[in-house]
Amino acid sequence: MSNRFEKISRFKDSSFKIFGMFCTFFGLAMLAIFISSIFSEGISRISWDFITSYPSRNPAKAGILSALAGTLWIIVITALAAIPIGIGAAIYLEEFSKKSRLGKIIEINITNLAGVPSIIYGLLGLEIFGRMMGMGGSILAGSFTLALLILPIIIVATREAIKAVPSSLREASYALGASKWQTVKSTVIPSASSGIITGIIIAISRAIGEAAPLIVVGALAYVPFVPTSPTSEFTVLPIQIFNWVSRPQAAFLVNASAGIIILLGITFLLNAAAVYLRIKRTVKY
Amino acid sequence: MLFLVMKKRDKEKLIELGLAACALLTILTTAGILYVLLFEAFQFFSEVSIVDFLTDTQWTPLFADKHFGILPLLTGTLLTSFIAIMVALPIGLTIALYLNEYTSPRFKNIIKPLLEILASVPTVVYGFFALTIVTPFLQTIFPSMSGFNSLSAGFVMGIMIIPYVSSLSDDAISAVPRYIREGSLALGATRFQTAFKVIIPSASSGIIVSAILAISRAIGETMIVAIAAGQQPKLTLDPFVPIETITTYIVQVSLGDVAHNSLEYRTIFAAGIALFVFTFMLNNASYYLNKKLEKKYV
Repeated sequence: MSNRFEKISRFKDSSFKIFGMFCTFFGLAMLAIFISSIFSEGISRISWDFITSYPSRNPAKAGILSALAGTLWIIVITALAAIPIGIGAAIYLEEFSKKSRLGKIIEINITNLAGVPSIIYGLLGLEIFGRMMGMGGSILAGSFTLALLILPIIIVATREAIKAVPSSLREASYALGASKWQTVKSTVIPSASSGIITGIIIAISRAIGEAAPLIVVGALAYVPFVPTSPTSEFTVLPIQIFNWVSRPQAAFLVNASAGIIILLGITFLLNAAAVYLRIKRTVKY
Repeated sequence: MLFLVMKKRDKEKLIELGLAACALLTILTTAGILYVLLFEAFQFFSEVSIVDFLTDTQWTPLFADKHFGILPLLTGTLLTSFIAIMVALPIGLTIALYLNEYTSPRFKNIIKPLLEILASVPTVVYGFFALTIVTPFLQTIFPSMSGFNSLSAGFVMGIMIIPYVSSLSDDAISAVPRYIREGSLALGATRFQTAFKVIIPSASSGIIVSAILAISRAIGETMIVAIAAGQQPKLTLDPFVPIETITTYIVQVSLGDVAHNSLEYRTIFAAGIALFVFTFMLNNASYYLNKKLEKKYV
């Protein structure tokens, strides 16, 4: 009797092990199926012409030039706005207001902001940047919106990196007569730099994939020109893909696949760089 | 110039102020979100009764016969999120249990970054998967299924949020002290019995946090549902027919030509505030649960 009971327990145990293995690879297997089907559909469409052509009503002639240029513009300005502010905020929270009431409130607030859906940031950008500040559906309005969106990611990552700096380094700097800011600037930030860069890369990769907030801010679906200034109207790669996916003709789905291959190439490259930096960093301390 | 001749102490004070301004920008962001949503929604509710908004079963602001009932959008949002969580919670939790109780730490360290890939894929890509791969596949099983439906959108969204559930559950499960686990194993329990009778109850609040955050993530997700779930606000729980979520509606209006300051324009803020209230409540619930959890094993 007890023997049979034990057998059932063992059976449950080993079945769960197999189920666990199955679950672990289920998502990845699905992704592999998805990506391989996209590759088989879209890879033949990728050519120099595809990258250097404007969108067109003729699917065979359409390309992603304006979308790629828009993505580049958006990412550069988003990074310029979000990186200094994010790092500055993290330094303040970690080094200057650690135990203060204001620090706590800001911390809870950042946790909350990280959970706000990206489309809500779009509504914020539409009203504040687009209408009140008169930027309309420009690259500037889109970039500032995305900058606010990725700010919590950069702040949280920078704080983690600063926390990991051993206090012995700080104390050595103070012992040499350095002031607080000198210590932060010359000791803490350089030691935390690889962690901060990892966070920035992940934040940028997130911004590259965003479509919803930019659609709400007023990015266009059809842009037959390369933006020439931050006040230009624009589109980005994810929106171009979305536009092609929503067309009924099958030929546009091929274009969407090709666009996705390029978008995934960029995001995977960035994420691989982040993972590499993270591994290198864990070895450090 | 002034900066150069300033005393060191004043300079330090100025830098601190600058850094504080960066941190305060996050407060301003929250204030901005609240202001924008409340201001536009207030104007919306001066024209549309809040009772109609909450109880009307039709959402047709862009038609001649206008109805402003949020319920169809809400059920659409909850339906896709529910399907997503039914996929992500069992799989994510199983992964967390498996990695902690059955495998070596080395294997876990390799698998975790791989799982993160699932969360790093842009959502517009997942939407494409749902529309062009999952739906046609499901249609071979359920021939009556529509080309736009909440089942495949929810399923793909579930795959996307697996790493959220698995990594947060993993944090909770790793936090269960060793002696509790060893005590169970020493009494002759199998790893399976330990996992379900000891680990899950001990880590329950952390697991609930992971589920809440995953739901909040699913509710706010936009591109997957905008591409694959359709644009027809319908009060239904049928996963095979096109529906519309709150987020999809906002995208739909943003893509069209709606005049600023019109009632149609304000509907996206009214829809936005409904979305914000939901995710805000979920995020705060998880935040306080998490704080409680941190105290538990100190």
